[in-house]
Amino acid sequence: MESNIIIPAGEIKIAVEGLNLYYGHKQVLKNINLSIPEKKVTAIIGPSGCGKSSFVRILNRMNDLIPEARVEGRVLIDGENIYDKDVDLVALRKKVGMVFQKPNPFPKSIFDNIAYGLKIGNHRSRAELEQIVERSLRQAALWDEVKDRLHQNAMKLSGGQQQRLCIARALAVEPEIILFDEPCSAIDPIATARVEELIHELKKDYTVVIVTHNMQQAARVSDYTAFLWLGELVEYDRTEKIFTNPANKMTEDYITGRFG
Amino acid sequence: MKVSVKKSRKNLKSQLAQFTGFLFLRLAVYSVLFILLYFFYDIGHQGYRAISWEFISQVPKRGMTEGGILPAIVGTFLVTLITALFAVPLGMAAAIYLNEYARAGRLTRLIRLSIRNLAGVPSIVYGLFGVILFVNLLKFGTSVLSAGLTLGLLTLPWTITASEEALKSVPDSYREGALALGATRWQMIRTNVLPYSIPGMLTGAVLGLARAAGETAPIMFTGAAFYLPFLPRSLKDQFMALPYHLYIMATQHHAIDKARPLAYGTALVLIVFVVLFNLGAILLRARLRKRWRH
Amino acid sequence: MISVKKKGVLGDLKESLIQKIFQTSGLLAIIVLLGIFALLFYTAIPAFREVSLKEFLTSTRWDPTSPERPEYGLLSMLASTVMVTIGALLIAFPVGVAVAAYLSDVASPRVREIVKPVVELLAAIPSVVVGFIGITLVGPMIAKIFNLSHGLTALNGSLLLAIMALPTIISISEDSLNAVPISFVEASLALGANRWQTLVRVKIPAALSGIIASLMLGMGRAIGETMTVLMATGNARAFPQGFLQSVRTLTANIAIELGEVPYYTTHYYALFAIGLVLFIMTFFVNLTADVILEKQKRKLQ
Repeated sequence: MESNIIIPAGEIKIAVEGLNLYYGHKQVLKNINLSIPEKKVTAIIGPSGCGKSSFVRILNRMNDLIPEARVEGRVLIDGENIYDKDVDLVALRKKVGMVFQKPNPFPKSIFDNIAYGLKIGNHRSRAELEQIVERSLRQAALWDEVKDRLHQNAMKLSGGQQQRLCIARALAVEPEIILFDEPCSAIDPIATARVEELIHELKKDYTVVIVTHNMQQAARVSDYTAFLWLGELVEYDRTEKIFTNPANKMTEDYITGRFG
Repeated sequence: MKVSVKKSRKNLKSQLAQFTGFLFLRLAVYSVLFILLYFFYDIGHQGYRAISWEFISQVPKRGMTEGGILPAIVGTFLVTLITALFAVPLGMAAAIYLNEYARAGRLTRLIRLSIRNLAGVPSIVYGLFGVILFVNLLKFGTSVLSAGLTLGLLTLPWTITASEEALKSVPDSYREGALALGATRWQMIRTNVLPYSIPGMLTGAVLGLARAAGETAPIMFTGAAFYLPFLPRSLKDQFMALPYHLYIMATQHHAIDKARPLAYGTALVLIVFVVLFNLGAILLRARLRKRWRH
Repeated sequence: MISVKKKGVLGDLKESLIQKIFQTSGLLAIIVLLGIFALLFYTAIPAFREVSLKEFLTSTRWDPTSPERPEYGLLSMLASTVMVTIGALLIAFPVGVAVAAYLSDVASPRVREIVKPVVELLAAIPSVVVGFIGITLVGPMIAKIFNLSHGLTALNGSLLLAIMALPTIISISEDSLNAVPISFVEASLALGANRWQTLVRVKIPAALSGIIASLMLGMGRAIGETMTVLMATGNARAFPQGFLQSVRTLTANIAIELGEVPYYTTHYYALFAIGLVLFIMTFFVNLTADVILEKQKRKLQ
């Protein structure tokens, strides 16, 4: 099924065209066509195993790490096909940041975690680094909690703090798109609320794509929602439309909890 | 009728079987422990009497019936150093390739098969290979260099395996996280994999070197000397080594009985050497871990 | 808007160069293994200009320095190697499997913490020290028990090799016992079997292929061990008659003669031919163990 809405060409950040993904002989995504608008939050929902995590990993080519993965079709970001041969993966991943399911801070200090993406890129002065670290931590609403212990090991933070640290770390390299792969599945409800607030803030400056198995979360944070089932895009529409008046019977059954 | 769950005569037979069975297992363990302890006791006890400052610090005298084993200690250190310089970086590099770059496929399988097989090649065969390659073909002669390189090849499969274990212990999330922030593969390895795996790699390397230091067959014909009253001055010199010296003192000496106490002393020094290496590895691991965790 | 297209080739070049360096190190393992075979083969070949392959493999007489008719038969030494190895495994296999079973099924975690490092320490004892113990401790004991003039016999070699093969047998067997799925054990216990019955009837059969692989690997070690047998078995050249006689194994023969032989003579080449035989024997023993272990790994996954 095709998406039901048409996003004006000028607002499209990511355009996925005829995308198929295979792991070996198994087809994980089937002919996906969808356009993701700029500076909005787009949620990808669906039962586990529907291919939603695989889908976001397509967008920064993290699937390249899986040896038997094979991609067909085109993924255009700002009009450039990221599966072209002349794509620089480093530039792509700086442009498309990612926050993982489980918080994955590196066993370095808080400061070094945030500065990691900057240090491996161009050389910057210490003052510049400090400034970016502070700005990123503020953006991730973590600055006040950690400003006095920037050189403490990041592993000592709580799960929720770790996840915000990972968000700050992604922000520090100044991406244009941020992918969230079930960012709240490993943290408690209070921490979840803070991360959701944060995502809401982020869309002022960034294009956000979030994978979630939690439908309330999708309803709370997103502007657009895509429903995937068994590797196919069943329905894609404005979030309020999906949750109040879905066009497809399957979508309705899923969001009302009849399966999933 | 209700069946009781209390212990009954009916179970007695199987309980007796379990009792004797476990007793047999225990006996096996105790005898292994006893044998090991007795070995250590015998060598420690007899060797202790031979050891003195003179024994450690002097060259052998009077046809090796008096004096010390200094050249053998220094020689073993030197040859192990060469082994380390050769085998440790190569082993680490091979492990990095296998764990970080290689994709599953025929070539990778073949490399792994080769490594496992190299670990099973008899040490005397490494000695023969060293004679052909290092002593003859590369013209290093019978020297501390040839012996060190031969031991290096012998150690290679152990260092690769230990290094790979260390790399495997680094969670994949560190790798994914680094790549997602725009690191290249080598940047990811250098900044986010190696720092956490180097303690484990070094520990494995030191353990492998301890085994190499105790080997005799590979160095017998590639550089170890029967008797040298001086220390090696260049890589092309022959050298004395503790394990070979023990072999000589135990079997080849013209006055075996006179040499026996010295042989015990050498055996004790060799064992202490190996145990120290093992302890060193453990301490090194603890210390490096602390440093990287700060 | 930042483009994700490549800006230059320099970065790519550096990355692929680094990868090539690591790859070469990885390939070294294959090169060394093939190199050992090739150089041994190449050096062994000249021996067969004077010695027939039939004599080499079937004659029991090895007497390269005989002035009237030198002979190069390795059968006596091969028999000695096989005998000493079998003797070692007859001792080490039951004991090793018993220790492995104890560690995996009986020992408390604390006991395991003590026994495992001790077993590792056993593996760390240099073979020359084990040989020395054979001369000073085990040999004299054998001489006393069997009333022999000296104890440097095949039995001595077997006992010592058993000790050297133990760590391999213990650790591989324990790994396979631990790899048996817990569900097998639970099923057995739930049917009313006790722990001993479960061990003997369920766990050991399920881990059997790994245990056999441990036997093969222990065998590989025993066949290739040099210093211990060289020092402890007396090195008599005759065809072995029994465990209480002195024997000379393939490895010991190389160690004894290579030091004295003139380079580039038939005798010299023949010693490398023995090395080649050793290489091939251990290669196939280890390969068999490897195939068994890989199969087991796949089965349990």
